[in-house]
Amino acid sequence: MFLLASPTTSHSIPTKTLIQDLSLSFSLSPHYSSLRPKSLDFKKKMKQLSTKVTSNGHGQDSSYFLGWEEYEKNPYDEIKNPNGMIQMGLAENQLCFDLIESWLAKNPDAASLKRNGQSIFRELALFQDYHGMPEFKKAMAEFMEEIRGNRVTFDPKKIVLAAGSTSANETLMFCLAEPGDAFLLPTPYYPGFDRDLKWRTGAEIVPIHCSSSNGFQITESALQQAYQQAQKLDLKVKGVLVTNPSNPLGTALTRRELNLLVDFITSKNIHLISDEIYSGTMFGFEQFISVMDVLKDKKLENTDVSKRVHVVYSLSKDLGLPGFRVGAIYSNDEMIVSAATKMSSFGLVSSQTQYLLSALLSDKKFTSQYLEENQKRLKSRQKRLVSGLESAGITCLRSNAGLFCWVDMRHLLDTNTFEAELDLWKKIVYNVKLNISPGSSCHCTEPGWFRVCFANMSEDTLDLALKRLKTFVESTDCGRMISRSSHERLKSLRKKTVSNWVFRVSWSDRVPDER
Amino acid sequence: MGLPLMMERSSNNNNNVVELSRVAVSDTHGEDSPYFAGWKAYDENPYDESHNPSGVIQMGLAENQVSFDLLESYLEKKNPEGSMWGSKGAPGFRENALFQDYHGLKTFRQAMASFMEQIRGGKARFDPDRIVLTAGATAANELLTFILADPNDALLVPTPYYPGFDRDLRWRTGVRIVPIHCDSSNHFQITPEALESAYQTARDANIRVRGVLITNPSNPLGATVQKKVLENLLDFCVRKNIHLVADEIYSGSVFHASEFTSVAEIVEIIDDVTVKERVHIVYSLSKDLGLPGFRVGTIYSYNDNVVRTARRMSSFTLVSSQTQHMLAAMLSDEEFTEKYIRINRERLRRRYETIVEGLKKAGIECLKGNAGLFCWMNLGFLLDKKTKEGELELWDVILKELKLNISPGTSCHCSEFGWFRVCFANMSEKTLEIALTRIHEFMDRRKRF
Repeated sequence: MFLLASPTTSHSIPTKTLIQDLSLSFSLSPHYSSLRPKSLDFKKKMKQLSTKVTSNGHGQDSSYFLGWEEYEKNPYDEIKNPNGMIQMGLAENQLCFDLIESWLAKNPDAASLKRNGQSIFRELALFQDYHGMPEFKKAMAEFMEEIRGNRVTFDPKKIVLAAGSTSANETLMFCLAEPGDAFLLPTPYYPGFDRDLKWRTGAEIVPIHCSSSNGFQITESALQQAYQQAQKLDLKVKGVLVTNPSNPLGTALTRRELNLLVDFITSKNIHLISDEIYSGTMFGFEQFISVMDVLKDKKLENTDVSKRVHVVYSLSKDLGLPGFRVGAIYSNDEMIVSAATKMSSFGLVSSQTQYLLSALLSDKKFTSQYLEENQKRLKSRQKRLVSGLESAGITCLRSNAGLFCWVDMRHLLDTNTFEAELDLWKKIVYNVKLNISPGSSCHCTEPGWFRVCFANMSEDTLDLALKRLKTFVESTDCGRMISRSSHERLKSLRKKTVSNWVFRVSWSDRVPDER
Repeated sequence: MGLPLMMERSSNNNNNVVELSRVAVSDTHGEDSPYFAGWKAYDENPYDESHNPSGVIQMGLAENQVSFDLLESYLEKKNPEGSMWGSKGAPGFRENALFQDYHGLKTFRQAMASFMEQIRGGKARFDPDRIVLTAGATAANELLTFILADPNDALLVPTPYYPGFDRDLRWRTGVRIVPIHCDSSNHFQITPEALESAYQTARDANIRVRGVLITNPSNPLGATVQKKVLENLLDFCVRKNIHLVADEIYSGSVFHASEFTSVAEIVEIIDDVTVKERVHIVYSLSKDLGLPGFRVGTIYSYNDNVVRTARRMSSFTLVSSQTQHMLAAMLSDEEFTEKYIRINRERLRRRYETIVEGLKKAGIECLKGNAGLFCWMNLGFLLDKKTKEGELELWDVILKELKLNISPGTSCHCSEFGWFRVCFANMSEKTLEIALTRIHEFMDRRKRF
């Protein structure tokens, strides 16, 4: 029976719609949750199904998903429902569809199953080779190279396609871990990982605790602590999984952190999975550093270590195409490529979609224009959100990537507890009508942080959301303090912002003369 | 193929290599079977009418290529501009690109439900809200197994069965398959004795049986399961308190619609919820519509818990929204689908008759079939030894000498030796004639000795 590191926190919550028994406990393994009391009839019915059904390994009881459900019931619409809930909990990229749409208009063959005006319907309809379409994998490899400034190369033969990175991450887990094994993940992390990495694989996640004291960066001691914690829990550590750039932080890993990670997995003889799904959303003045860059710089290419480093990618965030289900695993280990390729039978990418996207991504003029424009628009959106929050007396972790900001609302909590965070979240969801994601759903160890998305709505909607938030803040005690001594407050806020920035720069190795 | 390899976790890591999971290193993916080896031979020397007329003819791939023209002309007619999302390619694109809701596009689910009803001649109703979409039936079968069984539990599957099940039902799930032995004495139909015997085998080995999984119409038999047999099966599952999964992927490929009874028809007239809740149907567009590349599968369950969980699990295997969008319109067009289903059945029937007649003239008998994209051919009389080795030797001769890739019965776990599955719908009529000619010549040569 495996219990995860942190204690379960359960909260008594006044009855309100769905969140009756919202438990902010870490997702439990199936064995443990079967001990929870259930009604007799329900138990009888459930006994007929596997433990995967009875466990809450699907993770859908998390506030992350409950917020979405509340949004579905009362969605904002500029005209039809201007008082509805604004969705700020969905990390979608809606900023550059016009670029893709105009490409489609100029290249009608790609979406209409034609090549040079001739129908290739039959060919596509029959193509179910789990090796994937060679032109598509080549285009993916080149796109991934372009995102990394062509500093590293990706061999199309080492790419395994999957139905989204959800599928890619799970497939990698099936290849690397099993019941009794664990992967270390830095907190806060994407809530979906609890389902993707653990549910059907039976593997466990042990958190690497990161804190605001250093901008949530990964430290050597945090890594060691997590490793030891896993051992205490009698779990075999098979690897570390990081998201780079990070969800929910919106920051790219620094070179120092990447070096630390590679050194760590080398010494422990374990794997490193780098989910680089947001690599194309980097908008800061820094360059994105991939784990592949680090392997190259440390001259570790073609070594045993490089065989234990795997990259996950997807077109859901950079290109804004989550519906098309395009994910990929990149690995230097032949055995993993081979096993994962066979497993991809359970989640192949539609041939129709492979064809469309191989045409799109092979157009280098398009991809370079897209990447540049995407970066520009994301940067401008992020700035809009950040300054809007600032005028409400709220700061964020300084971010340079992603489709969201990691927002500091600790000063708005009644007490420094997760209960208070949940209370605040409920107020923001039900009173302010903004769906944002509470840090606890991302396993953050400090209460008061929230992930707020900015790329899945129009500018006007973003402005409205910020206006609502400002009104709410000003109506609270804290807010009144702000208006009374706004000058003092802003001064201290600015200091806070600068100190956040200073922290990241001092920890970062990224000075102008370094690559 | 026996029970999956249980490898010992090595506590003594001598060469300091971090291990992959047991799943990754096992051979339960089944790809070392001759079923797949024949494909390799074909890939290396594929038949082509003009460029390689003496190449290997692929008769081991259950694809339906006989009705593409119907689909192509429909798409051309409805979409002359060729743009997927309306005029000039733009409107509707972004909504479609963003749509990743695991409930699936409502219009598409409705279209699937109505298509499934049409195939069954309206003899059963399908509720679109009970349809869960997955990337192909491969994913649907695995997903259902994850939901209905735990590692080391078993599903009972009648032999001979589709070789892919060894991977789909067992590999990542850790679930076992216990065969329900069927033989030619009664046309390979499932008998109550065979069911009991399979169940007992599992119990004797201390294995918990969670359900029975059948393919109806059957692959590789190419025959529908009789209504009486289905009713017996359901009774059996009720008595043992287990599930019944019916993979009806070939339901639209039955030559005469009246000869097919779907498990849905039987459930339709049952009121008892505890009986209904154990029945689940798998379907896909890969065979009836010939669209395996588009990855469209579905689970239909009468059990709310299963539907809910399957939906959540489908996150790992969603159908591309682009594909859902394209097919929703086509499958909702009842005039088109009615015509398609009718013509497709007719063409498959004619193909079947061609191959069975051709084989008969060469002195070869097949199981009496009425569905599917293949026939179940009996070459037992050609075997020197009625053993697995004898069968594989013959298979090798057919592959190397006749250059025909067909599937040996042992790869389908058939307990009688000498049976082979021969596909007929994945090639042109001309190629089929050539294959038959090669078989005639081979049989003639044998007669002379």
